[in-house]
Amino acid sequence: MKMKSFFAALIMVPALAFASGAEVHLDKAPNLQGNNAALQNGARLFVNYCQSCHGASFIRYEKLMELGLSEQQIKDNLMFTSDKIGDTMKIAMRPDEAKKWFGATPPDLTLIARARASEAGSGADWLYTYLRSFYKDDARPTGWNNVVFANVGMPNVLWQLQGIQTLETVKEENGTEHHKLVLSEPGQLTPEQFDKQVADLVGFIVWMGEPGAANRKAIGVGVLIFLAVLFVSAYALKKNYWKDIH
Amino acid sequence: MSNEQKVDPSRRRLLVTTAAIGGVGAVAALVPFVSSMLPSARARAAGAPVEADISKLEPGQMMVVEWRGKPVWILNRTPEMLGTLPKLNEAVADPNSEKPQQPEYCKNEHRSIKDNIWIAIGICTHLGCSPSSKFSEGASQGMPGDWMGGFLCPCHGSTFDLAGRVFKDKPAPTNLEIPPHAYLSDTRLVIGESKGA
Amino acid sequence: MASNKHYDKYKSNGGVGGNVLEWIDARFPLTSTIKSHLTDYYAPKNFNFWYFFGSLALLVLVLQIVTGIFLVMNYKPDANLNESGIPIAFASVEYIMRDVTGGWLIRYLHSTGASAFFVVVYLHMFRGLLYGSYRQPRELLWVFGTLIFLCLMAEAFMGYLLPWGQMSFWGAQVIINLFGAIPLIGPDLSTLIRGDFVVGDATLNRFFSLHVIAVPLILIGLVAAHLVALHEVGSNNPDGIEIKANLDENGNPRDGIPFHPYYTVKDIVGVVAFLFVFSIVVFFAPEGGGYFLEYNNFYQADPLKTPLHIAPVWYFTPFYSVLRAIVWPILGIDAKFWGVVGMGASVVIIAFLPWLDRSPVRSIRYRGPIFKAALTIFVVAFFILGYLGTQPPSYVGEKVSQVCSLIYFGFFLLMPWYSKIDKYTIPPERVTD
Repeated sequence: MKMKSFFAALIMVPALAFASGAEVHLDKAPNLQGNNAALQNGARLFVNYCQSCHGASFIRYEKLMELGLSEQQIKDNLMFTSDKIGDTMKIAMRPDEAKKWFGATPPDLTLIARARASEAGSGADWLYTYLRSFYKDDARPTGWNNVVFANVGMPNVLWQLQGIQTLETVKEENGTEHHKLVLSEPGQLTPEQFDKQVADLVGFIVWMGEPGAANRKAIGVGVLIFLAVLFVSAYALKKNYWKDIH
Repeated sequence: MSNEQKVDPSRRRLLVTTAAIGGVGAVAALVPFVSSMLPSARARAAGAPVEADISKLEPGQMMVVEWRGKPVWILNRTPEMLGTLPKLNEAVADPNSEKPQQPEYCKNEHRSIKDNIWIAIGICTHLGCSPSSKFSEGASQGMPGDWMGGFLCPCHGSTFDLAGRVFKDKPAPTNLEIPPHAYLSDTRLVIGESKGA
Repeated sequence: MASNKHYDKYKSNGGVGGNVLEWIDARFPLTSTIKSHLTDYYAPKNFNFWYFFGSLALLVLVLQIVTGIFLVMNYKPDANLNESGIPIAFASVEYIMRDVTGGWLIRYLHSTGASAFFVVVYLHMFRGLLYGSYRQPRELLWVFGTLIFLCLMAEAFMGYLLPWGQMSFWGAQVIINLFGAIPLIGPDLSTLIRGDFVVGDATLNRFFSLHVIAVPLILIGLVAAHLVALHEVGSNNPDGIEIKANLDENGNPRDGIPFHPYYTVKDIVGVVAFLFVFSIVVFFAPEGGGYFLEYNNFYQADPLKTPLHIAPVWYFTPFYSVLRAIVWPILGIDAKFWGVVGMGASVVIIAFLPWLDRSPVRSIRYRGPIFKAALTIFVVAFFILGYLGTQPPSYVGEKVSQVCSLIYFGFFLLMPWYSKIDKYTIPPERVTD
């Protein structure tokens, strides 16, 4: 089936069209790596909205200093589950308890951006689309469903910011049906503001996946320059020796 | 190898250059491997300062806390115990704590901030065993008759007084190490950092 | 007196270095070993681009061993969950990536090195196909090489379980269950390999042991045998002619040059160029677009949930496609068994090349159009099989993989016939540039 995406013109929310529940078009998440202000905001959102259920157990709080935060800022604003700066961003809940409450253990989110990558798009794209695609569904125990992740166990924790979306069915002239998300009740933020917040949050989650990524690339440039120099020298040496061979 | 003498200077120059650049690269490549053997971020986090509550530490009692995986002794010395220290100045190797085995603020006759509360890393400076406490005077704990109380390392027999000063002619080279520490309040100690650090 | 004679042989002309060397040489064949394998080992002077990959394979082997040694210092083969509900093995990999200084680089070198190993080895094997490097007297050299390839597959497969991610777990689950297809003993054999009724902690521990001790030992032994065999028979070359047939007055091949210094300086250039490309992947695309580190492997292993799409790592996919292509029961035994047989045969058949090829010439340069066409079609089929192995099963994919599997086996099994009837030209007496 042909996959199509379109934007709901009336309300500026990028809505998602999907064909019979199969593949979903993913919106492109802005790349915020290196933008410390955005990533700091993302960290704040993560701690406030995600970390009550999801851990990031491979990230030490002190690592957040690499985003330009001071030790005191981290301790005052971001540390709710621990008092040691060297501790990891765990959740207070024990995994077996979480399983009892939610039916499934909420996954650790440190690597989620790397795990969610697929041929359809990067992990950031998936998260960016997913977090903006919740809609009201009274058939679900949480009252929420998601276009990207059908029958998801997680409620829309950001609904006060986003407002409430519903899934509407649109009939095209040629008879095919499409679903699209409509913002039926506005939230505290405008759709643009909300997208920006989600982008910051996703940016932070991407950063968590590999905090050393920027460092890795910087070292890589140095290594390549070094190897290029070594190549020139090694090649000249080879030429010199091989001038004897006819 | 027989045509060694025919080696032309440009070849020699190239050999040296390439070997030098390659050598630099090889050394640089060692860095991640060698540094991976240093303490990791987890080990460093575990080495963070620890706090201890000494409100229940009666005179004459010692408690042990763990810092960087090592036993740290906190001993509340009685006036009698403190009284033994000046008497032993002749018997110990470094009575005035000249060797840097303690922070500046503990380089005094008690080797402590407060006179009575003594903090030390309970690891013998000889080869790293943890000495056992022999607080009773005299021969009751298998010590010599003139023993005034202190510590005995079970591995090689080094003895220390109640300020961790090593006795003369023992295998341990220096006094027991005093870790950096500070008082957060009268009864709360932090071990691993000095005041204002 | 007899013993003095022994020492006299190694008399040096004085000097500390010479005396030390003399002392060693009287007790250990140092100088003579260096001579016979490097400075007096004559290699054909017409090696081209394809001849870099042997030394590069050796380089990657060393790289994998060194990085592996350092990874083992921090990796923990433990499938139990830590207090955050994450398997300890999975967490220890992230510990290496984040908490161990430089650990990320060592891990990426190792994970990228695994793929690089196969890239280099595939190209090295293709070189053999191009120039008939497996032909008499190099049959045993080729068989050692095939065994190295088999070992490498076992090594890579077991290493892939260690990060204990979803793909590690389910990949091992599927491949171990392949053994269950063997009639009579199959199910018990699978259980024996796993050490449990499912892939679990016992499996992880034994794979760790085999990956870091047993298989590397065999691999190193085989590589040594491969090199000894090579230096016994001498290297082939792009013209596929025997350089030993034409010796100069000193008894050295006229078309040969000492390996050292000529090929050492040349291989260094190859090594640096390889490291350049390798570093691009390690530093800028360590996931290799999901082919070197599969996305689903960033999820911890979950025995209760199979990922929607599981595919082996890219280097196994051609053979995996052969497995999937066989869907019919034969002789009353179900297709699962024949799939396993087909996959095994597709690897093992490579070892028989020396006896399948009946062409009077070795190198593709002097072969006729039939072999050139057969090799081209074979390579295309191999790539298609590889691609299909990464894709979810489909009807069209199944049919195409069946055709390509036929081509794959046809290339080998029909070779005695088509290589014999093919035209050829007489190779020159001396190597060409």
